[in-house]
Amino acid sequence: MDFILAGFIEAIRLLFSGDDQTWSAVGATLKASSGSMAASLTIGVPLGFALGYFQFPAKRQLRLLVDTALALPTVFIGLVVYAFISNRGPLGEMGLLFTLTGIAIGQTILALPVVIALSATAVESMDRHLRALLISLGASRRQLLFSSLWEVRYGVLAAGLTAYGRVMTEVGISMMVGGNIKWHTRTITTAIALETGKGMFSTGIALGLVLIAIAFGVNVCLSFLRKK
Amino acid sequence: MHKKKQMAVKVCLIVVLTLMMAIPAMTADNVLMMATTTSTDNTGLLDDLAPHFTQATGVELKWTSVGTGKALKMGENCDVDVLLVHAPSAEKTYVEKGFGVNRREIMYNDFVIIGPESDPAGIKGKKVVDALDAVRAKGAVFVSRGDNSGTHKKELSLWKATGAAVPEKETWYVQTGQGMLASINIAAERNGYSMTDRGTYIKYADTMSGNPPLKVLVEQDNILLNQYSVLSINPERCTKAKFDLATTFSDWLAGTEAQGLIRDFKLLGKPLFVPNAIK
Repeated sequence: MDFILAGFIEAIRLLFSGDDQTWSAVGATLKASSGSMAASLTIGVPLGFALGYFQFPAKRQLRLLVDTALALPTVFIGLVVYAFISNRGPLGEMGLLFTLTGIAIGQTILALPVVIALSATAVESMDRHLRALLISLGASRRQLLFSSLWEVRYGVLAAGLTAYGRVMTEVGISMMVGGNIKWHTRTITTAIALETGKGMFSTGIALGLVLIAIAFGVNVCLSFLRKK
Repeated sequence: MHKKKQMAVKVCLIVVLTLMMAIPAMTADNVLMMATTTSTDNTGLLDDLAPHFTQATGVELKWTSVGTGKALKMGENCDVDVLLVHAPSAEKTYVEKGFGVNRREIMYNDFVIIGPESDPAGIKGKKVVDALDAVRAKGAVFVSRGDNSGTHKKELSLWKATGAAVPEKETWYVQTGQGMLASINIAAERNGYSMTDRGTYIKYADTMSGNPPLKVLVEQDNILLNQYSVLSINPERCTKAKFDLATTFSDWLAGTEAQGLIRDFKLLGKPLFVPNAIK
């Protein structure tokens, strides 16, 4: 089992020696995940807020649907996205297959249910007295909406971080849609899969540690946004 | 406190921006997209050939390495321009169906049957057909790729050659659905037999510091030869396929330079492929 220790040493070497292949994979991972996070937050937060805030018919059924979508397997999303953007698929003309944009589309589908469901939960679990208090203070509907939005910011941040964790670590979509092409769509996770397939276990472990290091960096960057 | 926050934001922004800049932009023109099998990629052959090809022709080669079954499917869906695969009978059907054109044989390597040194079914040195019969009779563990890859298809053809039914649900027949090295590792854990291409086995032996638990037991039988061919995607079906670039690649692979590179390509001091293109 000496490859575990070798993996640790290799991880440090890969990160600090500026290994081209590793940094290319890091770049691909960050590019795809940034794109998908931007898209899923833009679409997901308003939808999640609406789902938690407003009362409307079929709300429970919709919620059930979103919660079920939390269990979408990544390989399945990858396969469906592939079918759509393949050259013989309905969106084939756009040339999205084997691109980071294609990966980002798949990852957005993966992240959306997480963002929506967790944002909705955050809104639902908001202090019920707040609404009554704000109304008694003479807040308009508009003011009520915005102060509620402000109140759930930590919940939304948690939703974003959870979704980011899923997006960064998925391998099914990146492999199927991206094709694991060296210098282009090879992300850290597909590189781990490849190195494992080649029997280079220590390199695989090293890349895994690199991924964790990045996740740590992202969390450090966002920690100042958290509740003190 | 406020200043600290501002600093943190700035630092994070700088980190993100530098990372984005560091990534080379994608180029779309003069790029040939190939689907190939895991063996050509995992052995490092393509990493060796690609720069020479770009230097000789100015065409950039990009490839995705998947099982032969998936590679053929990608070509059928017009998602790639050219294929480098090893499943001769499936390739011929593929050309007959009009998915691929200009099939050209490039090189071959060979398969071997490996197993534990103790060799419970006693197959060492036998002919392939006799060896598989012995494995079946003994009910010894045999690990199969089970993933419709070129290697898997080859293995199935060997079982067919024994004249009896191809094993499927037998408890001793383990279908992994995974890559070659993963399958070899499973065979080692189960103390079983498996069939692999020689290149992957050499790599495997090397990662085990030259003393692998599984040894080559059956080899040098004509039935074990493994032919690799290049196929262009039919431009009449897939109008976007870069047929001219695919032809350039095919011609280059069959040419003197590439055939020499293939002959000289060695893994851990051992040659892996034998070039056999007919000009």
